[in-house]
Amino acid sequence: MASISLCIAAMLLLGIVGMARSWLGRAHEVVHGGMALVCGAAALTVLVRLAGDGTDVEILALPVGLPWLRANLRLDALSAVFLLAVNLVGCLSAVFGWSYARHEAEPGRVLPFFPLFIAGMNLVLVADDAFVFLMAWEFMSLSSWLLVLASHREEETRRAAYVYLVMASFGTACLLLAFGILAGQAGGYGFEAIRAHPPGAVPASVAALLVLLGAGSKAGLVPLHVWLPLAHPAAPSHISALMSGVMTKVAIYGLIRVLFDLVGEPLWWWGAVLAVLGAVTAVAGVLYALMQDDVKKLLAYSTVENIGVIVIGLGLALVFKSSGVPALAALAMTAAMLHVLNHGLFKSILFFGAGAVLTATGERDLDRLGGLIHRMPATALFCLVGAAAISALPPLNGFVAEWMLFQAVLNGPLLEQWELKIGFAVIGALLALSAALAAACFVRFYGIAFLGRARSPGAAQAREVDAVMLSAIAVPAVLCVVVGVLPKLAIAMIEPANRLTTGEGMFDAGGHGGWVWLAPASAFGNSYSGFMMFMTILILTILAVFMIHRYASNRVRRSIPWACGFTDPAPLGQYSASSFAQPLRRVFAGQIFGARETVDMPAPGETRPARFTLEMRDPAWDRLFTPVVRLVGWLADRIDGLQFLTIRQYLSLMFFALVLLLVMVAVSQ
Amino acid sequence: MIFVQALLAGIFQVVQMLLVLALAPGLTGLVRVLKARLLGRRGPPLVQPYRDLSRLLRKDVVLAENASWLFRVTPYLVFTAIWLAAALVPTFTTALALTATADLIALVALLASARFFLALAGMDVGTSFGGLGSSREMMIATLAEPAMLMVIFSIAILVRTTSLSLIVDFMLAGGVGLRVSLGLALISLLMVAIAENARIPVDNPATHLELTMVHEAMVLEYSGRHLALIEAASMLKLVLYMALIACIFLPWGISEPGEGPLDLAIGLVTFVLKLASGAVLLALFETGVAKMRVFRYGEFLGGALLLSLLGAIFLYVSTGL
Repeated sequence: MASISLCIAAMLLLGIVGMARSWLGRAHEVVHGGMALVCGAAALTVLVRLAGDGTDVEILALPVGLPWLRANLRLDALSAVFLLAVNLVGCLSAVFGWSYARHEAEPGRVLPFFPLFIAGMNLVLVADDAFVFLMAWEFMSLSSWLLVLASHREEETRRAAYVYLVMASFGTACLLLAFGILAGQAGGYGFEAIRAHPPGAVPASVAALLVLLGAGSKAGLVPLHVWLPLAHPAAPSHISALMSGVMTKVAIYGLIRVLFDLVGEPLWWWGAVLAVLGAVTAVAGVLYALMQDDVKKLLAYSTVENIGVIVIGLGLALVFKSSGVPALAALAMTAAMLHVLNHGLFKSILFFGAGAVLTATGERDLDRLGGLIHRMPATALFCLVGAAAISALPPLNGFVAEWMLFQAVLNGPLLEQWELKIGFAVIGALLALSAALAAACFVRFYGIAFLGRARSPGAAQAREVDAVMLSAIAVPAVLCVVVGVLPKLAIAMIEPANRLTTGEGMFDAGGHGGWVWLAPASAFGNSYSGFMMFMTILILTILAVFMIHRYASNRVRRSIPWACGFTDPAPLGQYSASSFAQPLRRVFAGQIFGARETVDMPAPGETRPARFTLEMRDPAWDRLFTPVVRLVGWLADRIDGLQFLTIRQYLSLMFFALVLLLVMVAVSQ
Repeated sequence: MIFVQALLAGIFQVVQMLLVLALAPGLTGLVRVLKARLLGRRGPPLVQPYRDLSRLLRKDVVLAENASWLFRVTPYLVFTAIWLAAALVPTFTTALALTATADLIALVALLASARFFLALAGMDVGTSFGGLGSSREMMIATLAEPAMLMVIFSIAILVRTTSLSLIVDFMLAGGVGLRVSLGLALISLLMVAIAENARIPVDNPATHLELTMVHEAMVLEYSGRHLALIEAASMLKLVLYMALIACIFLPWGISEPGEGPLDLAIGLVTFVLKLASGAVLLALFETGVAKMRVFRYGEFLGGALLLSLLGAIFLYVSTGL
């Protein structure tokens, strides 16, 4: 605990160093280097703790904050898992930023807030009372808002920041009310008091829904996701990786902390709501991602998908926990938390990769990239690992979490409620659909950006980025492979958090099967071994290569592409990002996005070019936000009139308000 | 005793892998011969696919100028992934060494990996045909893969496992009987198998008409040993799907751990017979239907997904009630 607090203090200090940039010549190096060290130290501390027993709880009360409350901090297994994710990605993004942020036009708009942002996230994770939690949450929101505003001269960025601020405020307001309800029952803001006095079913449900709204808006649950694809691309790439890879996970932490730890016994329908929302989010997020041409927007929407997958896991865990099957709850919970770590890893690779591509080519539009595998071989290799991992291909880490999640879904028939039995089948189908769509999405992303021929001069003249940036991309790529091949390493670290949230570890009911086998006792005899699969693939590939090169012709001739005899000299003849998405758009997007394609074909003999236009809309904007904005505007116009009343009218207004309040008090007595 | 069993499982595993590899071109050849006969042609000899493969292996690779390392690595990865997937499906015995390594979900994911890399390779050279093939292949996969997973769910709910060997054991023990859900699952899995193996009505493996092909467009730039590997992989995939359908829905004849050599021989013979009858049915089906338009695939595979989901929901509701 003390070491984490020291790390947070050091981060705050580095934020101040960042502000003092004009006096300090080398503030850039100090801040990024310092952050890399501090985050690395914090991650290492937590790692050691998790590798050990991990069950002990450390508490610290700082004499700051509200006079009668003080700031209560607490480090337990659940916080530790998320602290690891935050600080690992924080360390990597500091290393990446060391090189990347040199190209920043106005470093003063990034440098001070980068450490503060990470400090805010850390503080949320160790908060032990509602006051510290909300303060840290706001701190995290505001510092990331300032980071989104980094390139404030662009109209689009300002709009993104505005939407983000509104959504963040909405989220915090919901959380504030939720904690108010919880604390009102317990008579104190401390988590310990809330835990000791769980509220009854109705207030607990209201609090759960408010937390879902509050944390869900920060995590990017559909339909509260609209800020995310605007804000994530607007920030610099290493900040995008942080916002997308870990800030959304801090929101997930809030959800877990309240629903699994603070409110007492959960009700089954909370889990059902979570799982359904998660499934909708997963499918919608990946469909949006499939239609995007902007690399960073695509990645941001893919984060929405992954949050959906995590929330499905949480929902299943909640359902199983409330149904009294802790072993299965632990299975689903492990899948969700492993996916939290996994997503932090592969989303860092991909956002850093996008940053590297942006530095090298100056392009963010998929249709202006291509052929980068030749120009940036190392970035291309690591991004391939990231794309394969996020598409849940074995033997990488994404698949392990997905496998466990499917195993949890398969146990749906054990539940009593028939709504859940049918619901689980549908959620399983949506989960499978989102996984398949994710693979299509990342084939499109990787194939268009890195393969084929360069579609713009920028892409044609790209240069590989420097070793510092590459190392920040390489480390998570290696970790993706390690966690995928030996998933027990990561799962063992999650076990204490599992016992804390669901009451049981995944392997507590037996079914260990050694380090190589993943055989949860709750998965009725099913097992998976990333290690064995990796080794078999390796041996078979070596065998195939050896046999082919021993007995087959080894000669290679280079020639112009065959392409059925048609050689087109222009790279624009290749399949583009939008043409790749077209069949999928036809199958999936017509109804959901109201996608309309119009082709303006000139008559024979006309010389004007044919034009193809595509129109797509986000239904969340049309159906939810536009009406809400209109309603707020209308209300504001009505209330505006209150500013121009006479004294008499004001006095009578106050009088009637007083009478109303007295009547309310009388009725409630 | 355990050591002997493990050793036997290892030997059977190797035999299984060699068996599927040896039978795969023969199965494709058989389907071609049967189709030709049904159309009133004489058709190529049964061994033609073996000859094609060995001819391809002896030819030089003609590589497009801007093909990257990914293009050259992909055939090996695709071949290995599908070979490994085929090794996991019990064909003549369930006593296989790799049984515990992966279950049905991992098998689907292995096939997805092969497809992922093949689709990427299709886009690597930067021709419009490659992109076209990749894009359509991924579109087909986005519907076929969930349908297949839902079929697996149905089976897993019935049998309480996703491990293929355990499924075969359970089915052989006769604990399931006839079920509506199993029927729905079978139809759905057949539809998926047709789509995944690039057969009529979804794709035409014999065509080189650019705008109607999917799989062939994607691998258009491959030649020589690379093409041989990819062809072999797609032949293996056909065996894999037939073996999968056979071992789940018609497991009779598959020998179980601890059974004698006679049972193994029966297992081998029945497996070859199952493949042959699969080839007959496939040839009959393919000569009987016409190829669909590309944008009807969504409806076809959407139907498969719906059927499998229905099957799973029936089971979810019926178990435990």
